[in-house]
Amino acid sequence: MKIHEYQAKALLQRYGVLVPKGGAATSAEEALELAKGMTPPIAVKCQIHAGGRGKGTLDVDYGDGPLHGVLLVKSVEDAGEVAGLMLGHTLVTRQTGPQGKQVGQVLLEQGVGIERELYLGIVLDRGIGRPVMMGCAEGGTSIEEIAVERPEAILKETLAPRGGLESFQARRLAVGLGLTGGQIRSAEKLMVALAKAFIELDCSIAEINPLVVTTDGTVMALDAKMNFDDNALFRHPEVVELRDLSEEHPTEARANEFDLSYVAMDGTIGCMVNGAGLAMATMDIIKFVSGGRAEPANFLDVGGAANSERVTEAMRIILQDPEVQTILVNIFGGIVLCDVIAEGVVSATRELGLTVPLVVRLEGTNVARGREILESSGLNIITADSMEDAARKAVKAAGVEV
Amino acid sequence: MSILVNKDTKVVVQGITGGAGKLHTGHMVEYGTQVVAGVTPGKGGGEVHGVPVFDTVADAVEKTGANCSIVFVPAAFCRDAILEAADSGIELVVAITEGIPTLDVADLMHYLRVRNVRMIGGNCPGIITPGEAKIGIMPGYIHKPGKIGILSRSGTLTYEAVWQVSNAGAGQSTCIGLGGDPIVGTSFVDGLKLFEEDPDTEGVILIGEIGGTAEEEAAQFIKENMSTPVAAFIAGTTAPPGKRMGHAGAIIAGGKGTAPEKIAALREANVEVSESPAHIGDAMMKALAR
Repeated sequence: MKIHEYQAKALLQRYGVLVPKGGAATSAEEALELAKGMTPPIAVKCQIHAGGRGKGTLDVDYGDGPLHGVLLVKSVEDAGEVAGLMLGHTLVTRQTGPQGKQVGQVLLEQGVGIERELYLGIVLDRGIGRPVMMGCAEGGTSIEEIAVERPEAILKETLAPRGGLESFQARRLAVGLGLTGGQIRSAEKLMVALAKAFIELDCSIAEINPLVVTTDGTVMALDAKMNFDDNALFRHPEVVELRDLSEEHPTEARANEFDLSYVAMDGTIGCMVNGAGLAMATMDIIKFVSGGRAEPANFLDVGGAANSERVTEAMRIILQDPEVQTILVNIFGGIVLCDVIAEGVVSATRELGLTVPLVVRLEGTNVARGREILESSGLNIITADSMEDAARKAVKAAGVEV
Repeated sequence: MSILVNKDTKVVVQGITGGAGKLHTGHMVEYGTQVVAGVTPGKGGGEVHGVPVFDTVADAVEKTGANCSIVFVPAAFCRDAILEAADSGIELVVAITEGIPTLDVADLMHYLRVRNVRMIGGNCPGIITPGEAKIGIMPGYIHKPGKIGILSRSGTLTYEAVWQVSNAGAGQSTCIGLGGDPIVGTSFVDGLKLFEEDPDTEGVILIGEIGGTAEEEAAQFIKENMSTPVAAFIAGTTAPPGKRMGHAGAIIAGGKGTAPEKIAALREANVEVSESPAHIGDAMMKALAR
């Protein structure tokens, strides 16, 4: 789960991470009121769940070009005006895709005098099975690019899964980043606090980019990004409250409510599969058998507890996508029983008055009974006897010759 | 004939009185697995499918000699349940439960390493040595005793591969579902090492997916250490970046962990990679014939 920058900063501040003075606003008036409490320059920052905001552009002009997602303004009045222009408009960045994201909130912050910009982040190192803090002397840039081009420029310290980061590790990192004198203690405090927040809140990513050294020598988070482990949200109700549903794909959010794992794609063949690996493989085989001329409309894993209601809901979710021209059901029953799926498919087809072709492949537990249910239903269901057969039939039904 | 589990493995089911625990205990007993005990705190003294239930794993181990545990307890309690198993002398823990918090796994793995306890999973279908022991939730009937080892990050896609191998007239030595989480107890490299040392495994199928670098590490290991032929399939060629594809671990992050990178690394290690999930069995036969 993702949260906004202003929410991440509020959380981190509680742990002792220094952040600039600021606040979030949802209207120009509110923004102006906030700005009145600050001394310009003031940073006005769009709050969306995507990076690259500073270079990203809004669909509104300011001065002699499009307005960017982050702007430093010179007066209180300008802060109110810019906030008003950003709100309700769409911001396109390298991470949003061409459709962009609508800006519902802006963060206003007191500008700070910057001496140096650095990068600091914690991610899970899957290879060693532990969180790792990464520091880099070049802030504000893409850490992914640096990791590929000059991995030696990234310094790392491993966290203990419960204990976090030791102070000496933080100091080692700070000195490695070229910090001196009082900056070292200031960085140590921030790093240990960031690690504590990561562990206690079950983060999957906690990133400060840039981390800045101000002209008066303090070390401060100028930006903040936090993602959380979905599996651990049950023990963090305070984090769940920060969820912004407007940032989520509506169909994906709805699927989530029914414990279905759904990801929207651009193609025309709707897929319903049990198991994440098989669901990915089903998408892959559509592309493979069609030589790239047909694409999946979605990823959908009905999960291990599939019953008639869930199958119906899954079909309903697939059909919400107007691009879907065929539905492909691929089930390899283990815990999931083929006869239960078959009953679900039959009742969903009747209930939804299905008009697009339906291709079903069943294998595994109770497969004989499952096939019998499909055949005796009298419905126009195209059955397939293998995964490849099913993919070919679905691609053909979607109008692509193979 | 197999790795890690066989007809002599004695299994204790943690969470035996829950829905999934009860159901799969029945299937495992029916398959012929030696299920010797179950554990549910507070339900000691009872019985499930003729299997005695104990309050603690220590009790179960002492009374029945169990050396392997299968875990069905809810995700929030898995860390504790797995630590209990390791602390009670269990040598192999098979964690079926989906949704264990990542930092819980990171934390308990350290403890398991110190104790020299192996974990398979979490979020996995389990392990099976066909004809001897099924310690998991996979459908038993699709498997046949034989000489192909299978390692997979997926559940149902593993069944697909097993089915293809069985239909090609071959069978399996041992199949392990490694699990779909970002951190799992047993990696591809761990499994490959065991299969390479097993004289009766003649070929290994590796089923990977997007996310992480476990397949790249496997490729490196194969290149340097393996004489047993390996075939592979990587799921997620069509998956978009930044999206979690069902499994908590199946995500392309920061442009890393894509299927093409993994496929290239495996091919570089002389692994026969199938482009289609329908031809995994064929790829294995091809690798064996080389």
